[in-house]
Amino acid sequence: MKLNTPASPHVHGDTTVRKMMLRVLLALIPAIIAYSWFFGWGLLINATIAVVTALGCEYLMLKLRERPVNFFLTDGSVVVTAVLLAFCIPPLAPWWLTVLGAAFAVIVAKHLYGGLGYNPFNPAMAGYVVLLISFPRDMSIWLPPFILSELDFSLPATLNAVFLGVFPTGYTLDALSAATPLDLIKTQLSIDVTIAETKSAHAIFGDFGGIGWEWIGNWIFLGGVWLIYKKVISWHIPAAVLGSLFTVALIFYLKDADHYASPMFHVFSGAAMLGAFFIATDPVSAATTPMGRIVYGIGIGILTYVIRVWGGYPDGIGFAVLLMNLAAPTIDYYTQPRVYGHKRS
Amino acid sequence: MKEYFLILLSTVLVNNFVLVQFLGLCPFMGVSRKLETAAGMALATTFVLTLSSACSYLVNAYILEPLDIVYLRTITFILVIAVVVQLTEMFVHKTSPILYRVLGIFLPLITTNCAVLGVALLNIRHDHSFMQSLIYGFGASVGFSLVLILFAAMRERIMAGDVPETFKGPAIALVTAGLMSLAFMGFSGLD
Repeated sequence: MKLNTPASPHVHGDTTVRKMMLRVLLALIPAIIAYSWFFGWGLLINATIAVVTALGCEYLMLKLRERPVNFFLTDGSVVVTAVLLAFCIPPLAPWWLTVLGAAFAVIVAKHLYGGLGYNPFNPAMAGYVVLLISFPRDMSIWLPPFILSELDFSLPATLNAVFLGVFPTGYTLDALSAATPLDLIKTQLSIDVTIAETKSAHAIFGDFGGIGWEWIGNWIFLGGVWLIYKKVISWHIPAAVLGSLFTVALIFYLKDADHYASPMFHVFSGAAMLGAFFIATDPVSAATTPMGRIVYGIGIGILTYVIRVWGGYPDGIGFAVLLMNLAAPTIDYYTQPRVYGHKRS
Repeated sequence: MKEYFLILLSTVLVNNFVLVQFLGLCPFMGVSRKLETAAGMALATTFVLTLSSACSYLVNAYILEPLDIVYLRTITFILVIAVVVQLTEMFVHKTSPILYRVLGIFLPLITTNCAVLGVALLNIRHDHSFMQSLIYGFGASVGFSLVLILFAAMRERIMAGDVPETFKGPAIALVTAGLMSLAFMGFSGLD
């Protein structure tokens, strides 16, 4: 009897980039549904624009760089980038904003560095921060959840607003928009209104964060936990980001509850959940050693809090992720684990 | 105490000399190819910047102003900086010949690092006291060191990447510096 001995490796994992990216997208679906339930068609339209632009730019760059087009175009990584970017763009933002952000993310932040696996900065956050700095006004017009607004945006109305800048008669964008909970607390604190007063005077606050926002947070949390269970991401970064954000917020909250929002509010507001589970965990731009990941996550949590509370921007996740991205190689350098059998150098 | 902390915070992060005020870009680009060299350069610059910032304050307050020759300020400061750099060079040469060889031309070039002269002149512009000047210089150099080391580690990683031919080397380094600067804009409005 002849026994064939194939070359090693004899056992290999079945994870591919495409499978990973599909799982990430799958984990985002509940949050996308929740988002659309509370804030309308905007996210889906933005996501479609972003995905189409990102795929187009990816195709163009792969052609220019003479790399295999089909192989990279179908791995799903640009789709994840585009969907994450769409989450950060206000629902009724004009279409060119999304196009610009997605193009910057794919062309500059990803392909100039060599494409998938080489980008030192998270492409979605690079695109978002460019938009936030270049078009601060367009990027800060958010809608109130439908429960609180008298106007229910239908699909054609949303399309009109996004592509033509035309709003239902009698409404302007400024009249439709409402400050996000983070934004509101910040502006009210600057005119000496305490947090408790702000919360009782405005209807947009829910149990922890804002109405609607906290539900999106819940679904993102569940999606993230599923990703950890499926071993697409490791627990280190989300735990470190949320843990440090919670701890720092708790310290200041206990010190002065009138001027510092509760830790639960911080964790459930803005992009904290999305950032912790889906953005900071980007395997390329994050730190890679276990110890490094914890340092990286803690850095994001603390920087987010600092920028939110004392900085000039309402949410700090985007900047915090970019700042820790640029620190990640240094963190990796100094947290290299000891090689088994060798002494620590 | 709080005032010194704010100066430190402002110079290290909010008004970082390299990424926000764009001073000292030559060593930022020139010595950031390797992490170890960058760390050495960071140390040398920290020493020079802090010392020269204090010295230039003393020279300004006790020589230039009493003699009423403040119009000689720029050239005097350059002289002061050159002396401090020479001192550092002799010191590094004695204590760490390897670092001396690795830093090479960049060590005397700290003299022409515009951040060093910039800090000395900004100290006068902002009417800083002696202690404030010292902290300001120290903060500026810590900020410089921080971004230089982070940048060097990033460049080591980027060099291993599949960067398009046209963007290899300084081009992608400048793009990276731009993106870093973008990230540092998140600190704006912090003070």
